[in-house]
Amino acid sequence: MSATADTHAPHWGELPAGRYGLGGLVASEWTKLRSVRSTVWTLALTAVLGVGLGAIAAATTAARWSQLSFVDKLTFDPTRTSLTGLLFAQLAVGILGVLVVSAEYGTGTIRATFSAAPRRPLVLVAKTAVYGAVVLVVGELVAFVAFFLGQALLKSAAPTAAIGDPGVARAVVGGGLYLFVLGLLALGIATLVRHTAGAISVFVAALLVLPIIVAALPSSIGNEVGRYLPANIGVVLLSVHPQANSFAPWTGLLVLAGYAVAALVAGGVLLVRRDA
Amino acid sequence: MIEARGLTKRYGAKVAVDDLSFDVRPGIVTGFLGPNGSGKSTTMRLVMGLDAPDAGQVTVNGRLYRDLPWPLREVGALLEAKAIHPGRSARAHLTMLAQASSIPARRVDEVIELVGLSAVARQRAGKFSLGMGQRLGIAAALLGDPGVLLFDEPVNGLDPDGIRWIRNMLRSLAAEGRTVFVSSHLMSEMALTADYVVVIGKGRLIASTAVGDLTAGSSRRYVRVRSPQLAELRAALERDGASTDLGDDGVLSVHGLDEVAIGEIAAAIPVVLHELAPQSASLEEAFMDLTGDSVEYRGDPAMAGPTRGALR
Repeated sequence: MSATADTHAPHWGELPAGRYGLGGLVASEWTKLRSVRSTVWTLALTAVLGVGLGAIAAATTAARWSQLSFVDKLTFDPTRTSLTGLLFAQLAVGILGVLVVSAEYGTGTIRATFSAAPRRPLVLVAKTAVYGAVVLVVGELVAFVAFFLGQALLKSAAPTAAIGDPGVARAVVGGGLYLFVLGLLALGIATLVRHTAGAISVFVAALLVLPIIVAALPSSIGNEVGRYLPANIGVVLLSVHPQANSFAPWTGLLVLAGYAVAALVAGGVLLVRRDA
Repeated sequence: MIEARGLTKRYGAKVAVDDLSFDVRPGIVTGFLGPNGSGKSTTMRLVMGLDAPDAGQVTVNGRLYRDLPWPLREVGALLEAKAIHPGRSARAHLTMLAQASSIPARRVDEVIELVGLSAVARQRAGKFSLGMGQRLGIAAALLGDPGVLLFDEPVNGLDPDGIRWIRNMLRSLAAEGRTVFVSSHLMSEMALTADYVVVIGKGRLIASTAVGDLTAGSSRRYVRVRSPQLAELRAALERDGASTDLGDDGVLSVHGLDEVAIGEIAAAIPVVLHELAPQSASLEEAFMDLTGDSVEYRGDPAMAGPTRGALR
């Protein structure tokens, strides 16, 4: 080696200017998401549950409308009924969010990923962006299709909502946003937990088990705590009618977004600290 | 060029890599030898920035791995076989790595061709044999055409053809001037492939030397001697400081004197010699000599339990 500025061996071949970055990582994450069947399955399940269960709820209500009690008729929220399936679709969305991270740990691919991109938080940003964009599009599509299909099925027998009615567009758009934010929370949980089964357990516990625990509390405490539950926030967002002991719809979504951001930031910090 | 200085890594109370320093130079194949569990894989993960050292550091081309501007274009690694999503095709796996490093898509097809996976590149990798998984890992390592290459036990699971293929590939990569670092627990494999070896045991450096010097320096070097007047010769050799072993076959193994000295002693007595043959230890024996004290007995309850208790 002669008197060059670099005393170490020269790089092999020519390296491009600059360095690897977010653009390449986003393309890489898009390839990863597209190239496994679990993506297709979970997104198909999201659509089937979101649209299908809403349609069943609407059709059942229409068929039984004449037998419903006065109170049931008075409190009937056609928007909420058509969006019922989103509360089941949220599980499929969450499972995909978990798998986006945990499948890399489970299969060992994470070592290849971090070898290509040792700035790990950048990988998390790329994953969040790609998965988030897909879930946002799918979530809004499912919400709108479920709404219009549900109203069409209700029309013959029961009152219906129009998208221009007060609070209706907010509930439909909010339903898609709910799936989006909840999915990001699942991705953040998986970054913290790293194992598929563990992360899905934590996610399901937050959605389904916490409400049971809160329901067992004395109502003076339960009413205060209950509004912070993701499931409660979801119901408020999907409903046109106001709900008792709950945050306002957008306030609730912000609280949920706060959970997601906290999980993702904590996950990003641990990603740097822990061995891969 | 890989430079490790004082590299130390602990997992809980266990020291996996202990104050390890070595250089891996370009243009030659450097073998990384040690018994199973001696810290080879951990060291490789430290080089790749996947695990963080507790002390010391290791640089590639003078930089920490995380500071490399284009990691996959500078360092390629095969760390574990079949570290791939079983539902993803080989092609998709390599494509996502290429995209992360802005490597053109045609290079993906090139490396698939190079490792002989063209026929199965679009199949789900879950169906791959261990050998096909190794080939895919090698394709991933070569993807960025890097000047530094790490292979952790690359011949595992390969058939004899595959082993020969790897061996030739390693040698030609080094001949092109690249830095090639290959781990193995088999000295015999390294004897055929490596020019230089870094030997570790229990995470510590035991030797860092050219392969030829390793056998020459071994205590296993001795001379076979046969003679009709063996008793007389043996007494004379032991007077001159040799240690001897008489085998059942009538062959005397002489340690501590070389064939020249033995021949001269025999001529001076004089006794007739029927055989005078220097024996150099095989590389495998030299390796056993070096690492004999440092073999890790994993799962030994006497090591883990009481020791930890005594520390409290």
